[in-house]
Amino acid sequence: MSPAFLILALLAVAGAVAAVGLRNLIHCALALAVALAAIAGVYLHLGAEFIAFAQLLVYLGAVAILILFAILLTRGSERSGSGIFSAGWGWGLGVALGLLATVAGVFVSARFPRAAAAVSAAPAGARELGTDLMTRHILALELIGLLLTAALIGAVILALHERGREAAPGEGR
Amino acid sequence: MSEKVDQIFVALKHWLAGFAPAQWQPGVSALLSVAALLGAFAALFALTTLLERKGLGRMQNRYGPNRAGPFGLLQPLADGVKALTKEDVVPGGADRVMHFLAPLVLVLPVFLALAVLPVGRNMVAVDLDAGVLFFFAVGAATELAVFLAGWSSRNKYALLGAMRALAQMISYEVPLVLSALTVVMMAGSLSTVSIVDAQAGYSGWIPRWYVFTPWGLAGFVLFLIAAAAEANRSPFDLPEGESEIIAGYYIEYSGFKFALFFLGEYIGLFAASGLAITLFLGGWRAPLPGLEIVPSYLWFSAKLLALIAVFIWVRGTLPRLRMDQLMNLAWKFMLPMALLNVAAAGLWRFLPGAGWGWLVCGLLLAGGYLALGYGFRPGRWSKRGYRFAES
Repeated sequence: MSPAFLILALLAVAGAVAAVGLRNLIHCALALAVALAAIAGVYLHLGAEFIAFAQLLVYLGAVAILILFAILLTRGSERSGSGIFSAGWGWGLGVALGLLATVAGVFVSARFPRAAAAVSAAPAGARELGTDLMTRHILALELIGLLLTAALIGAVILALHERGREAAPGEGR
Repeated sequence: MSEKVDQIFVALKHWLAGFAPAQWQPGVSALLSVAALLGAFAALFALTTLLERKGLGRMQNRYGPNRAGPFGLLQPLADGVKALTKEDVVPGGADRVMHFLAPLVLVLPVFLALAVLPVGRNMVAVDLDAGVLFFFAVGAATELAVFLAGWSSRNKYALLGAMRALAQMISYEVPLVLSALTVVMMAGSLSTVSIVDAQAGYSGWIPRWYVFTPWGLAGFVLFLIAAAAEANRSPFDLPEGESEIIAGYYIEYSGFKFALFFLGEYIGLFAASGLAITLFLGGWRAPLPGLEIVPSYLWFSAKLLALIAVFIWVRGTLPRLRMDQLMNLAWKFMLPMALLNVAAAGLWRFLPGAGWGWLVCGLLLAGGYLALGYGFRPGRWSKRGYRFAES
């Protein structure tokens, strides 16, 4: 375990804990951003440059901003007086444990190459990723594209005025 | 001889690093690169603030700063001293930690982005395999910094400015990345050094820069517009519109923190211009075959200063956009044009000869330009409102 990994891991864990533990929702979102950036650092430390930069671009540049927008638009930024635990925390714990079990199951059942030589040849370069996405995983890629397009169209339709039900100005919204 | 002058900084770095013990040499060498980048670009920042004020003054029929030193050359120094000696005011309701962190979070990534720019032959701080992606990835952190600044100030103008900035930066990041994508497609690499190498050589007298292809020209213009919007430069300076929201997200900053915002904004502009030069203008390469005796870093600097002059010129010429105009430009013009441009670049790759390429790609791009211009002209479609933008 190198010092760099230790620092990054500490940052990631601390950020994640702060993201669920802090009272101010904006602080939570920013702590989550710290955790995501630290995970990008871990990727970089492992030599997966492309994935690290993609993580930064997608999670810091888009997902964190989206969360912040959502918090500000829904008035969630005001300090809540009650405790930080929601009433349904048991369900959340169940889902989290299930997810943990799934991920752990994958790790336990996966067969990692023993020899260092087998993994040294830049396994996550842009070229290899691109080739894989365009050949082996083309169906998944297209499904994701379809899903995102549907979501985009849905968002536009939600934001458009309904025809024939033009609300008078000043009507409560 | 010219070879030696060209490599003088590289040789200097190796000579200086040679004094360190052998196992420290990589670290010392990296530190020297960082120090050179920091010094050079900070000096350029000081120079640009003066040039901008002078240039704007000239365009507006006034002198600009001319009191401190000859031609006002010491004005940046005076500004620096003023920023350092001013009181650092933090609003009572502000989130103090976030308020303190925001300028740092802004300045750090913009300086990081400079690391992948090849500013001369063999002069790049790190040659990453995914250099272009690195540039955009660290740029993403500046959006968070802007939000931090606006939100932590606990000021409605600051928050308005931050929300405007976020909406604008997210919208213009798409055409920015898409216009850079064409170059990545054609050069077949994400590394900035290989992209400059791919633009080496001349066909006749014309250098093989990507700007001299139809998709490259369109990409360059799109890239510059999107870069101006990303850097919150006029005419896209809505987030800090003085006449509307005073100074936007950094209204509650004073003294050196304000100077840091200023610095971050300008360095971001330099970095974006540097990437535009690397992607489209052949990086540090000379524009004519006989001019290669001039050192490479001078060519890069000349191109950088020329692009900065363009940005100053645009700022002095165009009025600020309205929010709806800003969004319309991004989503109804820039994005479709950038997508068309990607298609044009793909076509160029498979068309035989430059003549056919110019004809087909040029027709495609010009047709797209006209169709978008006519298709979305005001009143062409029924007046459309958005529920969340009104009342």
